[in-house]
Amino acid sequence: MAGVLPEAARIARATGAARSERVIARSRLSRLAERIVEGGVFLSAWIAILVIFLIFVFIGREALPLLWDTPQPGLEAEAVTLDRLVGPTYYSDRPPAYVWQPVSTVPKYNLVPLVVGTLKATVVAVLFAAPLAILAAIFSSEFAPRWLREIIKPTIELLAGLPSVVLGFFALMVLASWLQDLLGLTFRLNALNAGIALGLAVIPIIFTVSEDALTAVPNSYREASYALGANQWETASRIVVPAAVPGMFAGVVLGFGRAVGETMVVLMASGNAAITSWNFVEPVRTLSATIAAELGEVVFGSPHYRVLFLIGILLFAFTFVVNLSGELYVRRLKERLEGRTAG
Amino acid sequence: MGAGTPIRVETRAGQNGPTPATSGAKIEAMHVDFFYGKTQALYDVSLAADTSRVTALIGPSGCGKSTFLRLINRMNDLIPGIRLEGSVLLDGEDIYASSVDVVDLRRRVGMVFQRSNPFPKSIYDNVAYGPRIHGVRDRRTLDGIVESTLERAALWGEVKDRLDSSALALSGGQQQRLCIARALAVEPEVLLMDEPASALDPLATAKIEELIHELKEHYTIIIVTHNMQQAARVSDMTAYFYLGHLIEFGPTVQIFTNPERQETEDYITGRFG
Amino acid sequence: MRRLGSQPIGLFFIALSALAALSVVLILAIILGQIVHEGWGGITWAFLSSAPDKGMRGGGVWPALFGTFALVILMTIAVVPLGVLTAIYLFEYARPDSRLARAVNVAVANLAGVPAIVFGLFGLGFFVNFVGRNIDRLLYGGELAYGQPAILWASLTLALLTLPVVIVTTGEALRAVPMVAREASLALGATKWQTILKVVLPQCTSGILTGAILAVSRGAGEVAPIMFTGAAYFLPSLPTRLNHQFMELGYHIYVLTTQSPNVEETKPILYSTVLVLLLLTFALNAAAIVIRARFRASVRTA
Repeated sequence: MAGVLPEAARIARATGAARSERVIARSRLSRLAERIVEGGVFLSAWIAILVIFLIFVFIGREALPLLWDTPQPGLEAEAVTLDRLVGPTYYSDRPPAYVWQPVSTVPKYNLVPLVVGTLKATVVAVLFAAPLAILAAIFSSEFAPRWLREIIKPTIELLAGLPSVVLGFFALMVLASWLQDLLGLTFRLNALNAGIALGLAVIPIIFTVSEDALTAVPNSYREASYALGANQWETASRIVVPAAVPGMFAGVVLGFGRAVGETMVVLMASGNAAITSWNFVEPVRTLSATIAAELGEVVFGSPHYRVLFLIGILLFAFTFVVNLSGELYVRRLKERLEGRTAG
Repeated sequence: MGAGTPIRVETRAGQNGPTPATSGAKIEAMHVDFFYGKTQALYDVSLAADTSRVTALIGPSGCGKSTFLRLINRMNDLIPGIRLEGSVLLDGEDIYASSVDVVDLRRRVGMVFQRSNPFPKSIYDNVAYGPRIHGVRDRRTLDGIVESTLERAALWGEVKDRLDSSALALSGGQQQRLCIARALAVEPEVLLMDEPASALDPLATAKIEELIHELKEHYTIIIVTHNMQQAARVSDMTAYFYLGHLIEFGPTVQIFTNPERQETEDYITGRFG
Repeated sequence: MRRLGSQPIGLFFIALSALAALSVVLILAIILGQIVHEGWGGITWAFLSSAPDKGMRGGGVWPALFGTFALVILMTIAVVPLGVLTAIYLFEYARPDSRLARAVNVAVANLAGVPAIVFGLFGLGFFVNFVGRNIDRLLYGGELAYGQPAILWASLTLALLTLPVVIVTTGEALRAVPMVAREASLALGATKWQTILKVVLPQCTSGILTGAILAVSRGAGEVAPIMFTGAAYFLPSLPTRLNHQFMELGYHIYVLTTQSPNVEETKPILYSTVLVLLLLTFALNAAAIVIRARFRASVRTA
């Protein structure tokens, strides 16, 4: 590159300005540095992909030995097999039941109570959050005057910024007592309590995706509707909201995925008892809370340890699938809406 | 966004006073000044449009033709901060009076937009949308309305076997005719068309022009176009707008062969714009 | 033809949706109100600067504050360069049809959705048990130094969790730089990287700063990823080396709330600690919003 600015070099030499000559010559070296930096850029890009892959590998690595670990003789009862994970425990003196009780003379690793617990909490969460968030999004996007919108959106952002440990704290200290007094419940910490708090954590994502879906509906539809003599309500309910329904649905799905993976809220607010029942005012134990509650006390490498990592892989795989389909769906919707109206 | 957002309106004769002497035309604008906030977009515009005649608004882009058109069905109400002085009359009554029901006004004064904007629904539901929101529920009545308006829009033959298919699958020209049918379905008295064929190929354009010719018998049609040949072909009266001013208004034949104003002649002959 | 009944129904649903929006605002107000009400009195300089005392029934949160700061500083050092470089790849180097770019985007989107506890497991399984153990084997002759929970591993775990935030915010900032600026630079004979370094990045500083702040705000609030990778409930001294454990605000709140023998006695401390965490989070978010707004204003007037 040194020859690229011959006139400058000539002037530099003529005026005896040694420094500028060094500058002109330096650019040859910087080519190499540039290559290195660009290599770094490409490497960083791979890291994101690598991390997803590594997460799968390294969590699986801790769980996989479950498949081939042969239990030591005499300890067969402790072994973790597929039917131990999903099938009921048969008692000699009681009806068979699904039991998660890893710490006992005969450890039981049945996942069913955990799955049921997760479902109970997340169903309450979605039933609580989705109507609120979707209606609020419709109001914000279609009916609210600008000043009101400027209050609602920051509120949602603030809610999204609340650490989940704070929500769990609030649910444990305040919400649980309110609910207990209001409904006369026996158990202070239960699926309803955890579900409502979980719903609060999930409102922002359902709101945001729904609002995006509503504002993505082209204005030309609204104009055409008004020009035909429809009012605000008719336009919103007959044209805009139906067009946005797929996006709202994706928002609910994403919210559901988020609720399944959430840990701190349920850890603090659900009572953490692995009970298999469909009673919503009993304590529950979710998959994610189980990991958090028990990982601190397991022996490294024990079956219990490995089952916890197995739960981790299940959670990862589940949220991976949910998020992937949610994202693809939203993206396909956007393309379809834009492609159609471009014509 | 709200239909019927309040705007400030002042009429020369006072808010509820007697309306100035009119010519009895279907649509009449009298000394209209229109402002977007501080910017004035229309200066003292007066013109009249009537049934059995197509009135064309021509002029270079950005000179107020579309703005004026949108005054007539109060679509400009959707923009905050606008102000109108003067009056716009439908059948002799000021449409900006506070007692006017904007929603009903828009039923009586229909609009077809520059880019066709059918709803993401079936062809049938697009046309039936208007009647449904105005109270028509009976399926057979709706069937009849759909058929007759699609016929009048010269689209029935092409779509009668696929009324339930998506409107978005139609070609550009078909979509525009669908939008015309949709507008006709609420039985308007006036039809406002904002450059209805500008996004279409010559063949589709010709079909639209033919349609306008058939429709003018029963409706008051006001069309905005930047295509002078189209205005000459299609309209009976022409208004030439320039920079928010109505330069000249008169029979189309006269405007195009023997205009009164030099500016009009300059525009017609293509000396600018 | 005139619709009669639709007006009241319309108003009813508009009112219902307004009620929903109002409820959300109200709920947030109640939560914040309660925390401020119960916790504000306890926030004194002494509280912020002293260590817990009397078995967590007295004293302050200083070690937890310090630990939180140390944690997020380490996290920022790790996540900002990585996130910015990845964003630069996506927006400056990747061809539009590149399969790698699409894979990276998918990976980032998925990373954003991975539950926090899974990150915690990853931190334990990868950083502590794999990288840490191997470091011990190679550099410490098998002695246990890094193969255990440590502030280094916790901050790296958090860095992975907040990576999507930095990538997305930096990406927005990069996209906001007009193409003409790049073209002008290249037309003068500058190389691509010179253009990025001297023309594009300087215009992105507020965007990158916003991303860093949002990442810190997120990282300071997450507990699940650090539970098993380095956070501890009570430590006699502050962490001074990368392989030390640390106290942290969020973790402290969790343990204090769920395992305190006498909740009534620790309640004031608890509320004040929660309030400190909230104030920290909000201050960070507010700073990010202000920076973003000022940046947008400056772009508009440019």
